[in-house]
Amino acid sequence: MDVYQSLERLTEIPGPSGMEERIANAVGELWEPYVDTMSQDRVGNLFAVRRGAGEGERRRLLIAAHMDEIGLMVSRLEQYPKDSDNAAGYLRLSPVGGVDVRHLFGQQVVVHGERDLPGLVGALPPHMLPDDRQSKAYNYDELMVDVGLPLAELEELVRVGDFISFHQPLRRLLNDRVSGKSLDNRASVAAVAVALKHLSGRRHDWDIIAVATTQEETRLLGAFTSAFSQQPDAALAVDVTFGKGPGAKDRNVFELDDGPALGIGPNVHPGIFKKLQEAADALEMTVHTDPHARYSGTDAYGLQIAREGIPTGLVGIPLRYMHTMVETVAIPDIKRTGRLLAEFVASLDADFLEQLAARMMEE
Amino acid sequence: MNELLRQLTEATGVASDEKEIRLLIRDLIEPHVDEWRVDTMGNLLAVKRGTGERSLRVLVDAHMDEVGLMITDVDSDGTLRFTPVGGISDRTLLGKVVQINARGGKKITGVIGARPIHFLSAGERSKIVSVDDMRIDIGAGKKEEATGKVSVGDLATFVTGYQELGQIAMGKAFDNRAGCAALITLLQREPYPFDLHAAFTVQEEVGLRGARVAAYGIKPDLALVLECTPAYDLPNERDISPNVMLGKGAAIYVMDRSTIQDPRLVRHVMRTAQENEIPFQIRQPGGGGTNTAAIQRATTGIPAATIATPARYTHTPAAMINLKDFENVVRLAEATLRNLSSELFERQTSTA
Repeated sequence: MDVYQSLERLTEIPGPSGMEERIANAVGELWEPYVDTMSQDRVGNLFAVRRGAGEGERRRLLIAAHMDEIGLMVSRLEQYPKDSDNAAGYLRLSPVGGVDVRHLFGQQVVVHGERDLPGLVGALPPHMLPDDRQSKAYNYDELMVDVGLPLAELEELVRVGDFISFHQPLRRLLNDRVSGKSLDNRASVAAVAVALKHLSGRRHDWDIIAVATTQEETRLLGAFTSAFSQQPDAALAVDVTFGKGPGAKDRNVFELDDGPALGIGPNVHPGIFKKLQEAADALEMTVHTDPHARYSGTDAYGLQIAREGIPTGLVGIPLRYMHTMVETVAIPDIKRTGRLLAEFVASLDADFLEQLAARMMEE
Repeated sequence: MNELLRQLTEATGVASDEKEIRLLIRDLIEPHVDEWRVDTMGNLLAVKRGTGERSLRVLVDAHMDEVGLMITDVDSDGTLRFTPVGGISDRTLLGKVVQINARGGKKITGVIGARPIHFLSAGERSKIVSVDDMRIDIGAGKKEEATGKVSVGDLATFVTGYQELGQIAMGKAFDNRAGCAALITLLQREPYPFDLHAAFTVQEEVGLRGARVAAYGIKPDLALVLECTPAYDLPNERDISPNVMLGKGAAIYVMDRSTIQDPRLVRHVMRTAQENEIPFQIRQPGGGGTNTAAIQRATTGIPAATIATPARYTHTPAAMINLKDFENVVRLAEATLRNLSSELFERQTSTA
């Protein structure tokens, strides 16, 4: 499996939160060679199970990587000029997930109407805006998607509520870095594939349930539901975390190509964190600590409190320019993350849960 | 798919770095012209010999340069500072992919990111990020890595694949590859009654600089400028000029910030459109400027007029035209040329 090619395919397929059917198929194709069974549930989560080699009733680890991405939705159809039978049609927008509106003008998009329609995000030039808007970034009152069709034709093809995804082919930068849309979180989907591939050549006692979750960018729908239905003994969320770069030189951002970051904080079980750290040590891999003092902003939040509570860990791949169409990651970090996940899985034995429980009562 | 527009818009040619687009156009026109040369500014000047019926020296201009970015510095982390070449709004740049034409002919891909939305205050979310605060990221880990690949002064363009949806075409640099495509098409047609001098000019976007010397070099009797003009036909509350609409035909200029187009020539163009039933629209007088302004003032004065394809979102990574408008520009330009005669410019002296 070639990581670049996998990412190229995973990022070109649209999957805004709530419209994950197509991306689920692509994730399925990527994971299938390395697992025993595959299935999908009623909210779109895609499950891939690798049975472990353990005796009797095996423990089960859920590894979750969300497959949805931020996007847009049609909120209204408009026309210009107002009083014409042959007016041009335009689509007004609502964001799906945390879209940074400053990046939208000039983007290419695909409108998922009756069929896929290529379009652009346009707006009037500043000199035609109201006076009080001329020095502000464009907002949703000003931006519109333009597919170039007259309103009459547009109404046949597009309805309020239709999804819009971004169109931005994956690009190679220097140093094995890549840039494009939806690398949050297709980078992690690829890392899980790397892990499953490693594990197909390695003994592991636990069953592994890899899940590509839905609607993480909006309400973590897939995390809550998949942890409930699968009843795992432990869980890992794999997601991207903030890469250090232009505009992000704060504390708790991570250099690209310097290894994954392990989440720590209320959403993470300290015993899982420790086990991940040990797995990294065994691989002599540099990993970083990514503190989330409250809400981690990832599937870990939902996984942890399913049923009676699930010991959960969080692994992050550093990514620059999160929630833009030029998200940037280093491919070696994806490979490292895959290796780390595999090492973690292989290190789980039948006693691990008891160790975790004991750890909670340590003096 | 319109292969000509695809090739022309996907090629790069930021003002002063027009080599790639010039070579492409040269290859496209070579079989259809009798002579071509490149002047010291980089203008591609070609002659298509006519039938000799009329003794007119006619220039048709289309600028081949496009707006873009220039690298101005390399930061210690290997990211690049830059500044726009030509009119690009700060609002346009975030989240875009660019391609740097590095010295030595190598192309380097970069992206313009920004501070993630998660770290922004409510006020920052509605603030325009200044180009001074943006960086191009080429994936370099440190300064030396970037300076080994890219030099200060290198020019960059947007990277946008050409797409069509029915009559609609989307891509970068329709301003003015639409004009170039129209002029190339005119050169492919049967000879005209006079020698046709075609000028694919440089540096329009930074002050109409190529056309000025091209006009001097050719010294035509009159000139026709083929352009691409911004269309603001979007829902709006202050419907102000200049405006044209997509799909309503070839746009004819009358006046802009820098020129009053030659009225005799404008009348001739409009009459030609009417006689040949070619859809046209008059571009509302207002801001903007075309090579007509430079050509008009060259030598002792050259009558000139402009015909344009309307485009939405010019000077951004992705603009949009209607292919029927483009075809009508070609039809109108060709009919205009074939009808030209020197009588058009004879001064009517008053007999009153």
